[in-house]
Amino acid sequence: MNTVTAIDGRHASAQRLRERVFQGATFAAALLVLLLLGGVALSLLIGSWPAFAHFKLSFLTREIWNPVTDQYGALAPVYGTLVTSFLALLLAIPVSFGIAIFLTELAPVWLKRPVGVAIELLAAVPSIIYGIWGLFVLAPVLQRHVQPWLIDHLGPLPLIGPLFHGPPFGIGVLTASFVLAIMVIPFISAVMRDVFETVPDVLKESGYGLGATTWEVIWQVVVPYARTGIIGGIMLGLGRALGETMAVTFVIGNAHRIGSSLLAPGTTISASIANEFAEAVGDLYTSALIALGALLFLITFSVIAAARLMLLRLGHRALSSV
Amino acid sequence: MSRRTFRKLVNALALGLSGLATAIGLFFLGAILWTLIHSGVAGISLTLFTAMTPPPGSSGGLLNAIYGSVVMTVIGILIGGPIGMLAGTYLAEYGRTARISTVIRFVNDVLLSAPSIIIGLFVYELLVIRMGHFSAIAGAVALAIIAIPVTVRTTEDMLNLVPQGMKDASTAMGAYPWRTITSVIYPAARSGILTGLLLAVARISGETAPLLFTALNNQFWSSNIAAPMANLPVVIFQFALSPYPNWQQLAWSGALIITVSILILSIAARVVVSSLPGGNR
Repeated sequence: MNTVTAIDGRHASAQRLRERVFQGATFAAALLVLLLLGGVALSLLIGSWPAFAHFKLSFLTREIWNPVTDQYGALAPVYGTLVTSFLALLLAIPVSFGIAIFLTELAPVWLKRPVGVAIELLAAVPSIIYGIWGLFVLAPVLQRHVQPWLIDHLGPLPLIGPLFHGPPFGIGVLTASFVLAIMVIPFISAVMRDVFETVPDVLKESGYGLGATTWEVIWQVVVPYARTGIIGGIMLGLGRALGETMAVTFVIGNAHRIGSSLLAPGTTISASIANEFAEAVGDLYTSALIALGALLFLITFSVIAAARLMLLRLGHRALSSV
Repeated sequence: MSRRTFRKLVNALALGLSGLATAIGLFFLGAILWTLIHSGVAGISLTLFTAMTPPPGSSGGLLNAIYGSVVMTVIGILIGGPIGMLAGTYLAEYGRTARISTVIRFVNDVLLSAPSIIIGLFVYELLVIRMGHFSAIAGAVALAIIAIPVTVRTTEDMLNLVPQGMKDASTAMGAYPWRTITSVIYPAARSGILTGLLLAVARISGETAPLLFTALNNQFWSSNIAAPMANLPVVIFQFALSPYPNWQQLAWSGALIITVSILILSIAARVVVSSLPGGNR
């Protein structure tokens, strides 16, 4: 009798030990996720400190970027990042919206899955492939056919005209925005599709019951119901576009200046880092590039956090692959 | 025009445009794949898989780059996979309702969309500066950090799909939670977790930006993970932007190899999911 209790006691304490070890391991791993984000923020802060201490606020307001005289300002890359992302969204939103509508409301059942998977595969293609494709295929096409047309027809217009002045380089801000747009389309449309699918059928059916056309149901029932999710999805796409590196690096032209024309070469934060970091000599140069990274982190973190909060409030979790 | 015809017209126009949008999306996928096949296949030969990356002007292959990519992806997933699975387990089981879990889920979602070049900068500060030089292990750690949030998310989602009744039955037998998790829940969610790992592999094997200043590149064969190592994405980046035709050809072939592998992985992940009982994501 005594031996049985003894064995049981040993067994139970061994079990308890394993339980504590396993539970501790899962908790530690979960905490590590928190630490990662903290560590990223901290290391960027430490790394960028010399640059910020040296240039103070002028780092944010100057366009100059000269490794020879060790003068750095973030204005050109920040401007390039914001403009390319904004243009990319402008192009991507209508297309993504159309795809999401097609997938949820229009496509026959047998077509839904293959088309949906094909669009998701577009999201799985690595960004460097978009870059090499953009440089060798898209840029020449834009240079020969699209940009001359833009220069001839939009260039003379007042207000927006100056955006389309200058020679058609092929590579530049506009091409980068175009490639970015193609990249974010699958992300935005995947979230939009998921959000559209959360709209209760009863709501749509009451719309149809009143004699509404498909479009009227989409525009007056589905879209208002899914508004928060749509905005969240768009901001998630914006987060992608802001931080995208390789696709942009190939086609933006890497010129540290703010051109008035969208056809001129420019640069973005991530493209500057990708191009210059491994070859950067001197502490201040390296630190200035890390400072650019810190700015990018700040911008994308706010956008992504806002997007995630919106999607979270919706009680909806976007695709795991996104 | 009557109001009815007008409404019908608007409807047809809007739906037509949405079909057009889908066609545009599919067109770009097709265009990219066609370019890759058209430009990449010409360079596919046995030497591609048996020779090292060449100096400009002479012939060669991508063996060291393919090897390096495989090594770093494998190490990356070996580090990131288990950590992600454990964290996902915490979120789905032990800490399902804990307040800290809400924060962790949110932070994980942010990490999931964080720019990968920032992860590269982080690992540069964390490892490359300390070690004093670029290394394959730094590249692998950067990839692991990118793989973690993907694995956390899919693991949590998949564990949540396991019916509560199965967990209750195990608990009723007197099993401790760790026993329930490892002997009942993990096996039940096996294919889902596997899918998550496949997606994570697909995600990290094409990553370029975080490798640029962690693993860097190496023109020669190296199996030393403490030294710079060649890898497909960075080789594609350097070779594609070079003026040498043989390098550009290798870049296209490398791009084709990497894309085909990733598409196969992504499709495999979907096949695994659709074979799940009741899972049709």
